[in-house]
Amino acid sequence: MLLNRRNFLTLSALAGGGMALKFYIGPFELNAQRPSPHFLPSSFIEIAASGAVTIMAPAPEIGQGVRTMLPMVIADELDVLWSQVTVQQADLNDKYGFQVAGGSMSTPNLYEPLRHVGAAGRALLVQAAANKWGVPTAECSTAAGKVLHKSSGRELGYGELAADAAKLPVPDMEKVPVKDPKEFTIIGKMQPGVDNHKIFTGQPVFGLDVRLPGMLYAVYEKAPVFAGKAKSANLDAIRSMPGVKKAFLVASKVKESGIIDFYAGLEGGVAIVAESWWQAEKARRELKVEWETVRGGEQSSEAFAAQAAKLIAQPPQSYPRRNGDVAAALKSSAKVVEAEYEYPFIAHVTLEPQGTTAWYHDGEMEIWTTSQLPGPGRDYIAENFGIDKSKITVHMIRAGGGFGRRLVNDPMVEAAWIAREAGAPVQLIWTREQDIHHDSYRPGAWHKLQAGLDAEGKVTAWSQHLVTYGEGEKTANSAGMGKDEFPAGALQNYEQGLSTMPLWIRTGPLRAPGSNALAFVSESFMDELAAAAGRDPHAFRHDFLAAAVKQTGDAGRREFFARMLGVLDQVAEESGWNTRRKNAGEGFGLAVYACHLGYVAQVARVKVEGAQVRVLDVWACVDVGRQIINPSGAEAQVEGSIIEGLSHMEQEITFENGHSVQTNYHQHPLARMRQVPAIHISWRKTDYRTTGLGEPAMPPSIPAIANAIFDATGKRIRTLPLKKSGFSWA
Amino acid sequence: MDLQINDKSMTVKASPDTPLLWVLREELGLVGAKFGCGMGLCGACTVVVDGHATRTCVTPVSAVAGKSITTIEGLSADGGHALQRAWNEMDVPQCGYCQSGQIMTAKALLAQTPSPTDAEIDAAMSNNLCRCGTYLRIRKAVKRAAELNAMSHAMLELREEETSHAS
Repeated sequence: MLLNRRNFLTLSALAGGGMALKFYIGPFELNAQRPSPHFLPSSFIEIAASGAVTIMAPAPEIGQGVRTMLPMVIADELDVLWSQVTVQQADLNDKYGFQVAGGSMSTPNLYEPLRHVGAAGRALLVQAAANKWGVPTAECSTAAGKVLHKSSGRELGYGELAADAAKLPVPDMEKVPVKDPKEFTIIGKMQPGVDNHKIFTGQPVFGLDVRLPGMLYAVYEKAPVFAGKAKSANLDAIRSMPGVKKAFLVASKVKESGIIDFYAGLEGGVAIVAESWWQAEKARRELKVEWETVRGGEQSSEAFAAQAAKLIAQPPQSYPRRNGDVAAALKSSAKVVEAEYEYPFIAHVTLEPQGTTAWYHDGEMEIWTTSQLPGPGRDYIAENFGIDKSKITVHMIRAGGGFGRRLVNDPMVEAAWIAREAGAPVQLIWTREQDIHHDSYRPGAWHKLQAGLDAEGKVTAWSQHLVTYGEGEKTANSAGMGKDEFPAGALQNYEQGLSTMPLWIRTGPLRAPGSNALAFVSESFMDELAAAAGRDPHAFRHDFLAAAVKQTGDAGRREFFARMLGVLDQVAEESGWNTRRKNAGEGFGLAVYACHLGYVAQVARVKVEGAQVRVLDVWACVDVGRQIINPSGAEAQVEGSIIEGLSHMEQEITFENGHSVQTNYHQHPLARMRQVPAIHISWRKTDYRTTGLGEPAMPPSIPAIANAIFDATGKRIRTLPLKKSGFSWA
Repeated sequence: MDLQINDKSMTVKASPDTPLLWVLREELGLVGAKFGCGMGLCGACTVVVDGHATRTCVTPVSAVAGKSITTIEGLSADGGHALQRAWNEMDVPQCGYCQSGQIMTAKALLAQTPSPTDAEIDAAMSNNLCRCGTYLRIRKAVKRAAELNAMSHAMLELREEETSHAS
């Protein structure tokens, strides 16, 4: 499925007697027989005469572990020792194909193709050895970077064979045999991160660690309200401050639009460039700017809430999905359950604040970025700053956290502009306050839910009215609800309503976009239905999903519901759900959710004392297909996702005068070590394709915990942050 | 101004109010300590000053003149320090950005409390934020580092005993 005519291998000799096997992913012209000569490989294997193996990691590293995990796949199929491998990071280049860290897509897109790349390398080396010995390839085997001929006791290292292998015809990637997973020596075994040593010894590895000769440091002050313009500033005073080299106004290039475009364009402001960042920052603190607010200066959370209260009381402005007759079904139901849910805007707060290093020299722009999706940033610079795309080089540097924030390239665009003016390499560093203030927030929303139960406690209908931000049926970025959002497709009578209100604040994807909040709503409400039906939360969900599997006529949805059911039942078993015992003040909660091709169920155990909640345990069962590639990285993603749920439950961004009120971690907290639960992970291995783990384990943690608080206290959490429902973390 | 960093004497030119963090990162090229919040809230910038875990983003360089400063670069260049080994064994990092500060906070903890309980680790480490949520592994790694330290002490004692027996 994933190997198609748009994927190619090429083989060449390396100077000094090695081989280079290169793997190309489209975009190629349809029906092309080979990549055109100007394409670069998406990944490659180089084997030097010494036997040293270099593997290129194609995707940006943001803490999700791909720089380690993708090369592991190649190395295993190539059959070398992991210790023989050096990993090299690719730069950004159209010639590499599409480079992104987002949507948990690196694994599903690359796992099978990269296995075949490694296997093709191995097949070449076996052929080279067989030719040399005059024996059939079937008599040869490989292990630890060597080809073996067991019956004669001969062996040759890959380095000794590489020069000969480089002269062979390239094997057909689809036909080369891959390993039986039972033979894996690297895949499925815990491998520590390839950058660990650098991190533990303090070597430069992150975006803000980039150092260039003669480099200056920049701060950039933008208007409090998005796209506000700097009319004037006390630039002469700023220029006279110690270390300041340049201070200048930057005109806004933000496009006019109803809701803010994801790539809105360079925001105007005041740039200060100095010998050290602290000097630039000290100057910024003396900055006096006259801003011209274009629009949005009147926005406030209070006004949004008032508007939402009106909208939610009215019929939806539109119905993105309607199945059956919800109104009739509710009317004839034995019981109708209604509830309203609400969650706030939150910020990404990657621990490494936004920043970029850029150097404009001799008509060429060189950029060192931590972007998750650098291509559009580079294209914007080319189109708007008058620099030909071929004159822009982008280096992808390890990011101190991504979480979706780095899909927007505003810091890259700002740094490039400042560097063009500065005439020297410049590192732009945002303060934490700017990072929170100018985020692309996860948008808040309101939901009104209604569902019917029949006399047996089965769900007869589900209606969900989402009140959020947007223009008509177009929602602000990451504010919408997919038409297939659970439980769509599971019920004959189902409707999704939508009402929107205008917003001039930038929103964007945050880990498991949409899902990270929608799961809280649907899985909490599902818990309310179980309670209203007087049924056990697991048994109720089990019956609901089993009925959904039967009910749907769509094979894709059937698989979807069946896999949800699989993890639901397994987590119940792993957590001892049916034999659970509550100590005083304790509660158990359950949630199941699927997104980004992953299926996750969680059980939380909490203890509540007064208003203080301690999460004691979380059990997670995860189905991401047939293979866990790096158990260490995979478990880390699940642990991190659950702990991120704790953080989200405490966080809130509010607005006054069109901008955020919160400024730093004391007002937008992260979960702390003393607050984290014990986490128990089980994998549900299914015979589906191997998929990613950056996101799917995050959404169910919030409703599992919220439902556990209900179990402990009888108080339903319908509003986040937790403090608005009367609770806080112990 | 003269600073004592990782057992070396270094002269710096920065103005006295400059936070130690920027002196380390920009003037001295020691980029191990990270900028996270600028308010001493997240701990990414932590180094050890006279045995205490210190937030360098809010510590003026003038306040540490003449004191003994240890940064992550001072643990070992080859990764052989017990904390570095433990952190790798547990494969602690996700993004890795906070880990230098976590390790240096743990260093100060273990110097005071060589064999900490979970509660002591939580108390010492809970002001170091990790956005990725690696806390469970950090806790394990602190314990493992304590164990490695105890093992190397035991080996040292054994060796000394052997030497004294031999003489």
